[in-house]
Amino acid sequence: MKLSGILMVIGSALLLGLFLYPLWNIRLEAPQYPDPLGMDIYIAGIEGEEEFDIQNIDGINHYIGMKKIPKPSEMWEFNVFPLVIGGMAGLGILLGALGFFGKISPNWFLAWLVLMAILGLLGMYDFNSWLLEYGTDLDPKAIIKLTDAEGNPLSYKPPLLGSERILNFTAHSYPETGAYMMFTGMFLTLVAWFTGRKAKKNRI
Amino acid sequence: MKKISSFLSITLLSLLMISCGEDDTKTKQSKTGGAMASNAAERVYVAPGEHDEFYAFISGGYSGNLTVYGLPSGRMLKEIPVFSQFPTSGYGYSEETKPMLNTSFGFVPWGDSHHPDISQTNGETDGRWVFINENNTPRIARISLETFETEEIIEVPHSAGNHSSSFVTENTEYVVAGTRFSVPYPQEDVAIENMKGNFKGPLTFIAVDDEGHMKIDFQLKMPGFNYDLSHPGRGDSHGWFFFTTYNTEEAHTLQEVNASQNDKDFIAAVNWKKIQEYVANGGGEEIDAEYAHNVYDHETHTATSTMMNKVLTVDPRDVEGAVYFMPTPKSPHGCDVDPSGEYIVGNGKLSTDLTVHSFSKMLKAIENKEFDGEAYGIPILNFESTLAGTVKEGGLGPLHTEFDGQGNAYTTFFISSEVVKWKLGTWEVLDRQPSYYSVGHLMIPGGNSRKPEGKYLISMNKITKDRYLPTGPELEHSAQLYDISGDKMELLLDFPTHGEPHYAAGISADKVKANSRKIYRLDENKHEYAALSEDDTKMVRNGNEVHIYMTTVRSHFSPDNLEGIKVGDKVYFHVTNLEQDFDVPHGFAMIGANTSELLIMPGQTKTVTWEPKKEGVWPFYCTDFCSALHQEMQGYVRVSGKNSNVPLKWTLDGE
Repeated sequence: MKLSGILMVIGSALLLGLFLYPLWNIRLEAPQYPDPLGMDIYIAGIEGEEEFDIQNIDGINHYIGMKKIPKPSEMWEFNVFPLVIGGMAGLGILLGALGFFGKISPNWFLAWLVLMAILGLLGMYDFNSWLLEYGTDLDPKAIIKLTDAEGNPLSYKPPLLGSERILNFTAHSYPETGAYMMFTGMFLTLVAWFTGRKAKKNRI
Repeated sequence: MKKISSFLSITLLSLLMISCGEDDTKTKQSKTGGAMASNAAERVYVAPGEHDEFYAFISGGYSGNLTVYGLPSGRMLKEIPVFSQFPTSGYGYSEETKPMLNTSFGFVPWGDSHHPDISQTNGETDGRWVFINENNTPRIARISLETFETEEIIEVPHSAGNHSSSFVTENTEYVVAGTRFSVPYPQEDVAIENMKGNFKGPLTFIAVDDEGHMKIDFQLKMPGFNYDLSHPGRGDSHGWFFFTTYNTEEAHTLQEVNASQNDKDFIAAVNWKKIQEYVANGGGEEIDAEYAHNVYDHETHTATSTMMNKVLTVDPRDVEGAVYFMPTPKSPHGCDVDPSGEYIVGNGKLSTDLTVHSFSKMLKAIENKEFDGEAYGIPILNFESTLAGTVKEGGLGPLHTEFDGQGNAYTTFFISSEVVKWKLGTWEVLDRQPSYYSVGHLMIPGGNSRKPEGKYLISMNKITKDRYLPTGPELEHSAQLYDISGDKMELLLDFPTHGEPHYAAGISADKVKANSRKIYRLDENKHEYAALSEDDTKMVRNGNEVHIYMTTVRSHFSPDNLEGIKVGDKVYFHVTNLEQDFDVPHGFAMIGANTSELLIMPGQTKTVTWEPKKEGVWPFYCTDFCSALHQEMQGYVRVSGKNSNVPLKWTLDGE
């Protein structure tokens, strides 16, 4: 039980990396931008990869009528996500400590993981719907209005994951350090549950 | 008669040499099969998107500017306005930059730039600044290698023909400016024929501080010879400065003949450390002087011009052991010091030979008082005592010498039109290459320092003739690139230059490019009339002056509709570029403005004035193709009658 408790503590503590490192990164490449424009998405806000990237992305986006990239105060997510992540990390550490001292069953670890996975999926869903809104809710006075073959307005939604061509830009959307730390952490909590269960069985 | 025959023999000699040179090339080309076999094209080819290995800062001569080239490609990268108005960017036209061209003679819109030199630390080029002199209205400019803009210009008082300039000492303690035309010191109304013995040739030592700011430390009141070129000592000779002179005859008319009578003129050796000490201890005399000191500030984006009124003058005879003359044959032109600092080369322009003095022998001769008389109280050293050697029959009309750091020297010969490689110490000629045509200066990157980067050499030629497609009587000059990494020089490339490529300075791109700025930060913009956001834009009337605080961002001006301007007003457009993205300037041009356009870099504010003469609605627009909506980047100014009551009104999109 000791090992599994330690793993649970480490695994859930890795979530705290999200306070330091970005969760996601969207990078825009175009011939005129040999240094691509990029935004790092943190749980508490969006920052440019380079100091003026956000301003410059907004500058380009105004041609197609996209809204400005939101400031932390303009999206509830940036207030709620840090609370959820902090809370989940704290809860995980607490469960790990209790497990370490043999006070609770390792199944609690699994329960934590399931809760975390549900919250993660909800977060992803929310993120994707924001991207969709951001890429399709366009200013009717947009300077450049393009339509697809059926005559519907083009969507400028960046991909949730992967690379995609949007007009003259190629948008790359991939997890960043914070996300990798979170995934590793979640995996560790799964391992914690396994080792905890095994140890319990052996004892029996 | 004697003169004529010697002239004839010179001509014959040069003809001989030219034909020799041609023979050499012919055999060489037939042997190697020309450029294809020597893959010269490949060696100067810098593929699209790749960068050159070296920056070359080539003087624009009578354009008054400095051009930036890449080597080995020979591609021109930028023209930096220095001493001349430059309508392309508004330099010298905008309210902010007009003070840069202020002098004690008032606003001077043009200059003759000559000798760029890169700042040094420990005798090596450090890539902080380029200094360059203006010959006509004596001035020294400092150009930043972060912004590639002229940041400072200081006028040199009491000087005329600021030619033996602007060379820096090995820790950039001083940038030095000599006087080519001796003049009354200070200026006064005297008969020209009274020149001899009365005119002076002041040498000005300008101290440079850590920020690069220049301040005249002292002026050395030298006899009225013509101080033609100069170079600092380095290594052991650091602390000394050497100046070639001609017209030690002190002729005041028909100098081409009368200044060419003495068999030997001098190289003046100046121990500036001694004088620096003398001055620091209160030596010298403060005299009246009138000169402008112009400084550009990258935060206010504005230049200020301050008139100075005193300069410290030092009589060289008052400082024991500070100045000596070394006799040097045949009106020497270039005065070049080898990387070790031991050899001082006098390029006797009216002869076939180069005279090389030895610094260590000079010190010994001074110690042993091996003097050969004096000139105006300044000791003349015995010619043989300082002589290290003579490069014999190098060519005809040697002008300038540079070094490769491998013990070789390269000298241009103007009359025989060639570059000659010779060996320091043995003085033997190793190689010669014809140059096309009438070569002046030559440049090896770092060739003026302790550590030359002896891979390429460029020669800067005065005559272009048939090198490129003809463009009427007026042609750009030409420069030629030689590979000097092997035993023999190889001509790789011809490229045209802008203005007169008087001289150049080169440096490894790696020492400079990482420091090159991309934008000016808007949050550092302290311009008095900046509008840092569209919310700050406004119009302010002050009598008949109207100040417009305007911004640009892709792809509109704010405001773009302006009313309330009247005929007879003086309108100031203060335009701030709100962009913070690399290489997104905006331009501003107003119909009928009696001045240039503005080209405003990201984060910068520039001002142009306009005095509307006619009622109507007058457009302005962006001149720099900034974006897909560049054509739409335009606006209107309504101009009403002198006595109208139209109120000031400024809007963008009706707001």
